[in-house]
Order: sequence, then structure tokens, then C-alpha cells
Amino acid sequence: MSDLAQYTPYHPRWYRRRMPVLWWLKDRAYVKFVLRELTSVFVAFFALTSLWQLRALAQGPDAYARFVARLKAPIFLAVDIVALGFVLFHTITWFNLTPTAMVVRVRGKRVPDMIVAGSNYVVWVLVSAAVAWILTRGVK
Amino acid sequence: MPPTVMLEVSRYRPEQDDKPVFQTYEVPFRDDWVVLDALNYIKDRLDGSLSFRWSCRMGVCGSCGMMVNGRPKLTCAAFLSDHLPGPIRVEPLNYFPIMRDLIVDITDFLEKLKKVKPWIVRDQVLPLEKGEYRQTPQQLDVYRQFSQCINCMLCYAACPVVGLEPGFVGPAAIALAQRYNLDSRDEGAKQRLKILSDHAGIWGCTFVGECTQVCPKHVDPAGAIQQYKLTGALDTLKSFLLPFGTR
Repeated sequence: MSDLAQYTPYHPRWYRRRMPVLWWLKDRAYVKFVLRELTSVFVAFFALTSLWQLRALAQGPDAYARFVARLKAPIFLAVDIVALGFVLFHTITWFNLTPTAMVVRVRGKRVPDMIVAGSNYVVWVLVSAAVAWILTRGVK
Repeated sequence: MPPTVMLEVSRYRPEQDDKPVFQTYEVPFRDDWVVLDALNYIKDRLDGSLSFRWSCRMGVCGSCGMMVNGRPKLTCAAFLSDHLPGPIRVEPLNYFPIMRDLIVDITDFLEKLKKVKPWIVRDQVLPLEKGEYRQTPQQLDVYRQFSQCINCMLCYAACPVVGLEPGFVGPAAIALAQRYNLDSRDEGAKQRLKILSDHAGIWGCTFVGECTQVCPKHVDPAGAIQQYKLTGALDTLKSFLLPFGTR
């Protein structure tokens, strides 16, 4: 018997496992979850860039031209591409999770998951189309 | 088809082991055998000292949940043939303290379960002569899915929040609370709100979603928790807007 074991039938000795720091690497589902959580950083990055853009816009045409030039720097382009990938991952994973978080009932019957998730994509396409129309209106 | 399959079974004998160790057993492979059959073969023929819980062998009692190759499974429903060529690794459910071999201590889960009052709460119980509490099929349909829980705790073993934050009420208990909240005969939602809308309740959940994936009864605890987050948030907003309102 080990010296550490102080076990009697009336004094059980439980073994408590520790959670390893890299627990999320053990399973693909956990890796996906941690990546999804990480996407928030890139969503914040896009939001900050938009605020920066608004500030430049408010400061006049010169400031805006400088802002555009700065965004064209290779380092910004690289970060933007990575960020775009993460933001798309963010959007798609959360869209697909909506039916789990929201139960929509029409006349007492549950609306199929496909329709709840799909409506997000429909709105996404419509809003994108509207934005594209506004942006391209002046370009002829 | 192989004549035999190897099983790596986690052993923890508190009178001699400081920590769990793996012991390998060779059991005959049969097409219709599940991991639980193999464990029973070991217990009957190879090593009577191996300890594990089981009862119904048909996915109803919820006793035989273990980690099979790292995934929480009911061993009565985990076929050997799905885990070939082996060795098949069998461990006690994640995050629970191990008592012996494959047996974990579930006291903590039972305490949490009790806290959410998973029974029908009535402000006033109707006298017997009033008859039964009636319910339409639509009213039943609202909570039926959540009522299928068999307390097997696979969802706890799949949830990293349970491992990281031991106070977390956990998937099954919240799903069962929601099962009664959604029951048209129940009036206990207010009593459950305090425990559920706590940080250790629904807000502890980060929506990993694995609880729903591993549930053998398709209860969807992740859904129950997210749906309750909306209820909890609306309630907080209401109490903020109407501080003196009757809640």
C-alpha cells in the first residue's frame, strides 16, 4: 500500500482530476468553440476600423485619402484578410446556432431549424445587396 | 472481423493507487456486443475486482455513462464494432471525482438538481375533487423534449465549463428546470429564476454546445440554456424598467 493512501472502507479517498490548460486541443469540437470565441477579437477589430474610418470621414477629404492610403499598406491588407476569414466564421457559426437558441412557433408548431437559420442568410444577402446598391449608385 | 479486441480500462483502487492507471484486457469480439458487455465479461471471467455502474442495458436508466475513447457515452449503446480496431479506452466520466475504477461521485450533481426544483410547483394545489390538471398536446409539445432526460450526466462530462467552474449548475439541471418552467401546470418559474439567472446558472454557459451533441436522449440542454438566457435577460430588463412592478 502506498504511503499516501489513507483509505479505509469508511473513509473513501476520491481522485480529483485537474483540467489541463490545453483541454481545448483534445477534441475538434472544443477547438472549433475556442476559435469561435476568438473571432470576437476580429469583430472588434473591424468595428474599430469602421470608427477610425468615420473619424477620418468627419475630418474632411484629405484625412480620408490618408486613411485609405494607410489601409492599402501590405500589413493592413494581410490583417484584413485574416480578419475577414474569422468574421465569416463568426457569422456562419452563429447563424447556424440560432435555431438552438430561438424556438419559433407558428400556430403552435415549431418552425423547422433550416428556415430559422436560413432566414438569417436571406436578411444577410438583402442587407448586403442594399449596401452594394447604395455604394454603386454614384459610380457610372 | 477480429476474434478479440483490447480494452484499456482506467483503474483506481484508492487503497493502493495514488492516481488512476490503465489496465489492458483482451475480450472476445462479438458483433452484437457493446462496451458494457465487454466490461461485464471482464468482471465475470477475467477480473472480478473491476468496479463500474450499470443497470438496465437499454439506455433508460442512465447509470452506465463513461468516457469511451475520450467521448462521453452510454456504454450500453456504444458498440465494440464502432470502435475497431481498438484498443478501446474506457475511463470514468470527466470532471467528476473518481471513487473507484469507473465509478464517480455524483453527489454534487444531485445537489444542483435539487436546487432547481425539478418538480411541478403550484402556488395553490387544487383539491382532488377538482380533477386532474389538464394539458393539450400542444402544451405537452412545448416541454416534451426536455422531459426525456435520464440524468446520465454525459452532458456534464462533455461541458468544459463544468470542469473549469465547479459551481456551474450544468446542462441537465438547467434543461430540467426549463422543462418545468415550460409546463403549463407549473407555477414555480419565479422560484427557479434566482438560481438560474445567476452567474453560476445560465450565464456560466458559453454555448460550447457539446452537451447537446452527446445527449443520448436528444434533450438539447444547450438549446434549453440559450432559450432561458432570453427569458432571464427580459426579466432583468423588466425589473430595471419597472422597479416597483409586481414580479
